[in-house]
Amino acid sequence: MWEYSDKVREHFFNPRNSGPLEDANGIGDVGSIQCGDALRLMLKVNADTGVIEDAHFQTFGCGSAIASSSALTEIVKGMTLDEALKVSNQNIADYLDGLPPEKMHCSVMGREALQAAIANYRGEEWSDDHEEGALICKCFAVDAAMIEDVVKANDLHTVEEVTFYTKAGGGCAACHEGVEEILAKVKAGRAGPGEVSPPPLCPATPEALRPPATKLTLVQKIKKIEAVLDFVRPMLQRDHGDVELADVQGKKIYVTLKGACSGCMMEAATLGGIQQKMIETLGELVQVLPISHMPVEA
Amino acid sequence: MDAPIYLDNNATTRVAPAVVEAMQPFFTEHFGNASSIHAFGSEVGKALKKARGQVQALLGAEHDSEIIFTSCGTESDATAILSALKAQPERNAVITTNVEHPAILTLCDWLEKEGAIVHKLKVDKKGRLDLDEYKSLLNDRVAVVSAMWANNETGTLFPVEEMAGLAAARGIMFHTDAVQAAGKIPLDLKSTRIDMLSLSGHKLHAPKGIGVLYLRRGCRFRPLLRGGHQERGRRAGTENSASIVGLGKACELALAHMAENNAALGRLRDRLEHGILGQIGHCFVTGDTGNRLPNTSNIAFEYIEGEAILLLLNKLGIAASSGSACTSGSLEPSHVMRAMGIPYTAAHGTIRFSLSRDNTEAEIDRVVAAVPGVVARLRKLSPYWSDRPGKSGPAAHPGTAFAPGYAGSCFPPLIRRADP
Repeated sequence: MWEYSDKVREHFFNPRNSGPLEDANGIGDVGSIQCGDALRLMLKVNADTGVIEDAHFQTFGCGSAIASSSALTEIVKGMTLDEALKVSNQNIADYLDGLPPEKMHCSVMGREALQAAIANYRGEEWSDDHEEGALICKCFAVDAAMIEDVVKANDLHTVEEVTFYTKAGGGCAACHEGVEEILAKVKAGRAGPGEVSPPPLCPATPEALRPPATKLTLVQKIKKIEAVLDFVRPMLQRDHGDVELADVQGKKIYVTLKGACSGCMMEAATLGGIQQKMIETLGELVQVLPISHMPVEA
Repeated sequence: MDAPIYLDNNATTRVAPAVVEAMQPFFTEHFGNASSIHAFGSEVGKALKKARGQVQALLGAEHDSEIIFTSCGTESDATAILSALKAQPERNAVITTNVEHPAILTLCDWLEKEGAIVHKLKVDKKGRLDLDEYKSLLNDRVAVVSAMWANNETGTLFPVEEMAGLAAARGIMFHTDAVQAAGKIPLDLKSTRIDMLSLSGHKLHAPKGIGVLYLRRGCRFRPLLRGGHQERGRRAGTENSASIVGLGKACELALAHMAENNAALGRLRDRLEHGILGQIGHCFVTGDTGNRLPNTSNIAFEYIEGEAILLLLNKLGIAASSGSACTSGSLEPSHVMRAMGIPYTAAHGTIRFSLSRDNTEAEIDRVVAAVPGVVARLRKLSPYWSDRPGKSGPAAHPGTAFAPGYAGSCFPPLIRRADP
């Protein structure tokens, strides 16, 4: 079991400020049921002074997620919004006398909820490029997505280089096999043709793939999405794969990869390439996800 | 506080006092090496032979030489699969299921990287296999089929005897991970076509660090560990004599009391389930409830998270386990729950209660009394739950009432791909 500090246990067993806040004027919802963590932060902000007068939370999650939420509400109460925006996830973890490395994401979720709630109060659109992969290095809490990004961005080739850039693998060394796998995957992506690299941009972009001037209706949007899939399909078919639209839910586009693409280790790169094209075509930020990520109906 | 209640017997069991007693002399009195020619050794040799017979009896094996002692269930699993591939270089495919224990699945993922073909059979929403899919995959390229006898999370039983028969008809080796089944349900290997079976001592009131690989006489075999003549050269390394003696005793006890234990366990388990389901809404039992181990109950509590439930239960002196992501350090909930298509809102809140013959009715009643309070407390905190006076239930539309700004793209873990 996890080694939680007494402070974490105390905040879990006796959470502060839990439950709905009736007159909240800033609400931030973050997290996902898929990952097993979701947090709603509710703030009551004094419009004249900009001071957070009250803060409540509702959390679906483990012990440290609930404790982090509780700590967050205690930290921000009495702060001005500008002060609150400076609260980092490390502040939340410190407040609780530390969190196990595998649980640091709970404090990250707290900070994000805070940003989202403040954006909501100010009437701003809040979006996050939050992307979390499997935790590879448990000593320094570095996940797969982070390692992959750094490897790509800096053209890294060895475990030592990865450790130098990310700290991953610098502790007990148990994760070196995992780091090597990511290096091999990125290497394959660098060399590989067709489906493994994002589809190259066609110089003469067909009309259907041009970004729209006005907001799209759902039907228009789906037509655009299909156009993108038709555009990338020949490249996938060259590698004996295929792709099909499964569903569109808000900013999430679920697709089914078929044939050779199904279960291909370059699935993430393929989806990344399609996603980039979707974003260009739709003119908005969307996520392209495999159908296995679609929430299952109860 | 009342004495703690242990309902996590599929994780590990308490070593039976009679087992400890049987082991005791083998640390200081009969400490010899069974391979030695002198009296110190021969005493141990005799004890190992007796233990081998006790394990043979529990498994219903035809010969005692079919019992190979190993260090654990995981070693037995790895030995079996690797042996099948090594002994039949012309065959490079493995059939397994996507609800196996990581001892099999992680090994198969690695084998896949090494070039083997791995077929993972799907299960339906109750955790049952489709035997037509299975039959369609049996061909001359398959080296071995490995399917668990009983699932560790739900207790669901697979028809391994039938599956072994189908494999044998096509000349394919069959292995079963019976770590959860051995000692809990009657086994009679000599009347089946099962070639290899894994057993783990600490799941049946023997100590940790001792396991068994059953290897049918005549089944082609390649050892994992070479270096000595122990276990007829099939598993080198000095025998863990005290633990082997303990395992023998534990097998004897399990066999002698199986019928009465199972009747009692089934009653307690049903009492627990009825008690919990009768009091709490939005919870359900997972797995194939009509066809499972008598000691296992896996209940999904919707809209709350498993680790939080366990921490609160632990505070009340109740020990169980969960299929939630948070208890394992991964981002995905249990691969078994995902394979059955249990929705995320419930999969993260699954709690496994696994009983043993040590549990009493009074303990079960205490658990039944404690669980509703724990669940209510956490649902009060959950953004997916609406707790208005006189009207408690899931938020009107849990999906839309709570729509986070991002839906955290937890990418599938690179090593363990739970989803098919």
